[in-house]
Amino acid sequence: MESYFTFVSSVLGFEPTSLLGFVGAIAVWAVPITAFVSVVGLVSIWLERKISAHIQCRVGPMEVGPHGALQTLADGIKLLGKEDLVPAQADRILFGLAPMLVFASTFVGFAVIPFSQKAVIADLNLGIFFLAAVGSLEAIGVVMAGWSSNNKWSLFGAIRAATQVVSYEIPLGLSLLAVVVVAGSMSLNDITQAQSGWVWNWFLFRNPFMWAVFLIYFIASLAECKRAPFDLPEAESELVSGFHTEYSGMRFAIFFLAEYGAMYIVSAIAVVLFFGGWYTGIPFLDHISGSIGGTTGVVVENLIGAGTIIVKSFLLICVQMWIRWTLPRIRLDQMMDLCLKYLLPFSLVLLVAVSLWQAFQGPIDGGNSVMGMIMLAATVASLIWMRRLAGRVSKASALRRELPVVKTGL
Amino acid sequence: MLFQYAHALIGFLFGMLFVALQVFLLVRLLAPRVKEPMKDSTYECGEPPVGDAWVRFDMRFYTMALIFIIFEVEAVFLFPWATVYNDLIAGLRAAGTGNVLFPFIEVFVFILVLGVGLIYVWKKGDMDWVKAMRGQPKQSWPPTEGSTGERDVEKDVA
Repeated sequence: MESYFTFVSSVLGFEPTSLLGFVGAIAVWAVPITAFVSVVGLVSIWLERKISAHIQCRVGPMEVGPHGALQTLADGIKLLGKEDLVPAQADRILFGLAPMLVFASTFVGFAVIPFSQKAVIADLNLGIFFLAAVGSLEAIGVVMAGWSSNNKWSLFGAIRAATQVVSYEIPLGLSLLAVVVVAGSMSLNDITQAQSGWVWNWFLFRNPFMWAVFLIYFIASLAECKRAPFDLPEAESELVSGFHTEYSGMRFAIFFLAEYGAMYIVSAIAVVLFFGGWYTGIPFLDHISGSIGGTTGVVVENLIGAGTIIVKSFLLICVQMWIRWTLPRIRLDQMMDLCLKYLLPFSLVLLVAVSLWQAFQGPIDGGNSVMGMIMLAATVASLIWMRRLAGRVSKASALRRELPVVKTGL
Repeated sequence: MLFQYAHALIGFLFGMLFVALQVFLLVRLLAPRVKEPMKDSTYECGEPPVGDAWVRFDMRFYTMALIFIIFEVEAVFLFPWATVYNDLIAGLRAAGTGNVLFPFIEVFVFILVLGVGLIYVWKKGDMDWVKAMRGQPKQSWPPTEGSTGERDVEKDVA
């Protein structure tokens, strides 16, 4: 973080040592981060609409802006003009506090995740641990919202949300642990820097277990974000809209924004932990300041880094949406079974396996590159194989049902 | 380092302030306000709400919370170990004395103890959401062949 402020202050020309400088520094980061959260919300809600539409052979919003890109902004302005309702039976204080808590716990995550080596606002040495802690703080806000609404739908949604977030926190935490074992640090900056260099240095390819660790993290993070197929807390066909049934207008919009913000945060954490963070995977691009030199080089390098991590995170967000519009919602007992009977034992075994691998890695491997290259090749091969398999299966099922074989893209 | 945690705290407060400004200031200024008692009633799909929503809920959620506390605390205890694990191994390897697996075995015993707890909870049936009633075999859902999954109407009548 010092790096960010010394960097910004050297560009802008002020010293962030005094109290005034501290306040100025907050203005320097808080305002852009607020704007960034809003833009992430706008873009990902638009993406969700477009992706869901195209998966269902529709076109989605088309009227406002090119391909409906400004539709979300128009909706936001509409929500701003909506009447602010508080049910007469509700607990007014908690009802007002809940969206604040939910949004703030998402917002503080944006202050901790790095955008590039220098553009990180608070580079905490407890980085991952802090994010996991703050992420489950959201559950308190959700329970607050559900309880204070004094509405049965809200209460059921809130209880479901609390159970779900709380139980998926365990496999999530254990898969984070596996990465900490490999990296030897909890700081997001250190973890990313351990993955510099070529693509095969990313933690995803570091040892044979990392893919499984990533899958467990990804499933658990879907549940943490209350995304389908784990959208039981908001199950619109059972609970109207779950814990935010009573919220209207801007308060509802805040919940929505926080949800999409949380999606970005879990994706950005996944990118930092497994996909090399802000590194493009091409050493020349990652250390371009060496060849350009001066302030320009540093700025260009950090811009490339920020662009990389944002693009990677949005790709993961798209995968989350793809899963949402592909899989049906699971039941509560299935949700608990998946977490406690599959993910929890598997993540414990994986933690043991990763730490054993780490103990023997030196004699077996020497450098990390050879294993990384093997794993990268295996990943590409298995992706191609799965693509082939999927094509064959869909063709076979179309033939069986005497439907015309649809040639998919890709 | 504390300076950075101060920034995280300020981020949290700023997030709350952002919401408060929007909800309590911007919306007050922009949104219409029409007082109407029916509008403020609790939403229950159009019907007048029946009773209070602050009801007791299922004990099974409480069991889940207990399981969560056990395993989450386990994870919290493991984080410091995970951070120094590589250094411990490197140190042992550099010294050339002692077993390289020592840091692993120490924690493996810890995980094993909790693993026994996990197996106990599992066998006890506290991880099953759908539980057997006393004196009845556990119902599986969706119903497998043999059990229809529907209630036996004749038995109910009798």
